[in-house]
Amino acid sequence: MRKILIAVSLLSLLISCSKSSSRIVTLAGSTAFQPYAEKLAEAYLKKNKDVTINVQGGGSAVGIQAAISGSADIGMADLVELPPEAAGLDSVIVASDGLAVIVHPTNRVDRLSSNEVKDIFTGSIANWKEVGGDDAPIRVVSREEGSGTRRSFDELALKNAKISPLAIFQNSNGTVKEAVASDPQAIGYISISLVDKKVKPLLYNGVAPTNENVKNGAYPLKRPIFLLTKKELKPAARAFIDFVLSDEGQRILENEGLIPAR
Amino acid sequence: MRLGPRIAELFAKIFLFGITLFIVGILLFIILFILKNGAAHISWKFITMPIEDMGRSGGILATIVGTGLIVLVAIVVATPLGVSSAIYLAEYTKGGRITEVIRFGINCLSAVPSIIFGLFGFILFVETLGFGWSILSGGLSLAAMVLPTIISTAEEALRSVPISYREVARSLGATRWQTVSKAVIPYALPGILTGIILSIGRAVGETAVVIFTAGTATQMPRSLLDSARTMAVHFYVLAREGISLDNAYATATLLICTILIVNASAYMLMHRLMRGRR
Amino acid sequence: MKGDRLISGALLVSAFSSITVLTLIAVFMFKEGAPIFAKTGLFGMFGQEWDPLHQKFGILPFIVGSIWITFGALVIGVPTGVLAATYLAVFAKKKVSAVLKPVIELLAGIPSVVYGFIGVIWLAPIIRTRLGGAGLSILAASIVLAIMILPTIIGVSMDAINAVPKSFREGSLALGATEWQTAWRVTLPAARSGILISIILGMGRAIGETMAVIMIAGNSTIIPKSILDPARTLTANIAIEMGYAVGDHRRALFATAIILFLFIVILNSIALKLSRRKF
Repeated sequence: MRKILIAVSLLSLLISCSKSSSRIVTLAGSTAFQPYAEKLAEAYLKKNKDVTINVQGGGSAVGIQAAISGSADIGMADLVELPPEAAGLDSVIVASDGLAVIVHPTNRVDRLSSNEVKDIFTGSIANWKEVGGDDAPIRVVSREEGSGTRRSFDELALKNAKISPLAIFQNSNGTVKEAVASDPQAIGYISISLVDKKVKPLLYNGVAPTNENVKNGAYPLKRPIFLLTKKELKPAARAFIDFVLSDEGQRILENEGLIPAR
Repeated sequence: MRLGPRIAELFAKIFLFGITLFIVGILLFIILFILKNGAAHISWKFITMPIEDMGRSGGILATIVGTGLIVLVAIVVATPLGVSSAIYLAEYTKGGRITEVIRFGINCLSAVPSIIFGLFGFILFVETLGFGWSILSGGLSLAAMVLPTIISTAEEALRSVPISYREVARSLGATRWQTVSKAVIPYALPGILTGIILSIGRAVGETAVVIFTAGTATQMPRSLLDSARTMAVHFYVLAREGISLDNAYATATLLICTILIVNASAYMLMHRLMRGRR
Repeated sequence: MKGDRLISGALLVSAFSSITVLTLIAVFMFKEGAPIFAKTGLFGMFGQEWDPLHQKFGILPFIVGSIWITFGALVIGVPTGVLAATYLAVFAKKKVSAVLKPVIELLAGIPSVVYGFIGVIWLAPIIRTRLGGAGLSILAASIVLAIMILPTIIGVSMDAINAVPKSFREGSLALGATEWQTAWRVTLPAARSGILISIILGMGRAIGETMAVIMIAGNSTIIPKSILDPARTLTANIAIEMGYAVGDHRRALFATAIILFLFIVILNSIALKLSRRKF
């Protein structure tokens, strides 16, 4: 009995020590932007120690939902354009990011036309030999439906055609990259900022997926990153968004591989 | 061709032993695989520093604290409820309809998959009650998950107390509660504790429930309403994002070591219990 | 004895906590999920096509995926587990089994994400290079799940074997049978309802597993055609899509959870009934 009383009082002590929730800022949404949000939070917290910033993932659709329902103060979404359910929210673009089509480093193919990309991902082209590679079936790797990366890709590269029913789905940029990096026959798409030596990015209509090409418009697969909030926003959250848009915040994003908004 | 029974016997023995050894081998393979790749990256710095750079560098102190707090909340909530339920079932009830219903409830709850606890926790604690992604939401959801385990092990421990203990107490004039609290529970305590410890082990390794309710924040939690990351969630994020395989292995090593220690203490406790009884 | 009455009342109330939690879970799920059945009809959810954006909520691919993966896990895990349990309960010396049993139970303590990780890093590439397909497949998931449910099967089967009256074994040996003949023809058949319970419990555990399956089964959305194909289970579907589902999509996911929940409750009740009905 005594043990229980001690435990209960400890618990209430802990709860009462909790900061008032006005000093907690919660972000949720795009898994593509999540690591950058965490980086920004790290930098912000060095100067503002009385605030807590929680970054959750879940995908762009989670971001929109969480902003609407209030589970998060700021929703993160990487979408070409905001869907109708986000109409009631305030939005600001903080960066943009390109999408690279990737294959295994040993794949002989190193360029695809936009039509070939569309046909491959919708399943019309099913063998690598049809695009100049070895005679082997193509394994399509894609993101899950709630992903902003997926929706952007569907819109920009597939022109909203349906993805191949044989596709494998992974739920983050990282796992897509891992899946492609370990399978010589796989093809997928991830943020340009996450491309490294483990995978080979393809030329899209002859244009290399680099940030310069995205900036000057030569590379078409790109989408902006939105921060979404309800119209009444707590000051701590507003301050963080201001930081993201500030010179320092934009510089951090640029250093990490995104294209800053300003 | 029929083998002589003695040859068949030998064959069977070897085969069965082989299978058992194979299974043990799988376990050793898993543990050694993780330890081999991870032990090299563990250092005092790793354990005590905060998460930096999305997990690429720095340490995992925040996840250790996060794990501790979430499990603490879960155990603090589930233990009183669980042990009281067990006491009721073992000492106070004579069977009957109500008890049947209660038992049915416990049984079903123990079979519910963890994802449903995550879902339930998300709807109830994160959204409806407004706790948000927090240690509190995570701990309460985990409490629901481990409740049946605590009840069953506690009840078994209580039932294993010889009837004579109760009879002696009663004959000395003790009330039911005095009997239970002074004669039965102390004897059953090691068994009850074992159940609690095993639940701790389960909670530490749980991911599906925690990700949906406690979130994935990387900062050191400062209150129960803060979101926090557990070691298991951190491992999952690191591994699947390919952020840092080294740190993923190191986190997994710490995670497995924690679980091994927890389970080992449960077994040692059981052993002392057994030996003390002879 | 008013104090005593108060205490027993309080204990009764806490005993209701499990039922309360269970009811809460059931209520929330039904509240969120039942409305979808009005739209799709009771059997509409069992269609072949899952395309939430276009209002298609057929969960048949995931039911098939769950069945194949669970069945595969049982096919691998049950014989292995029962044979190991036989060794430990019949042939091994007390000291050996006292050491090996807790060691095997440690397999249950390893987190499912670790299993999934090793499956992705180590098992899937082997399957892909040796057997073909994407590696992330029903086969990979079945193997990993089989390992995860081994402790359950072994533990419960061992209890069942040990519960067989010693006279059975002694009688058989006295008639000249070998230990193995006794085990195979007398003890195991006598323990079969307990072993069946272990299988049912293992099945429940396999169906409910989420994290490991998401990592290694490939998560495709169509009905798989071979064990080398990727598949998505009911649990994986819920976990992957729940965070962002709205409206009918969300209701459909809750409806999936209801179906899963009911199925597991029924499984468990069968196991419970069997365990009451001993020899």
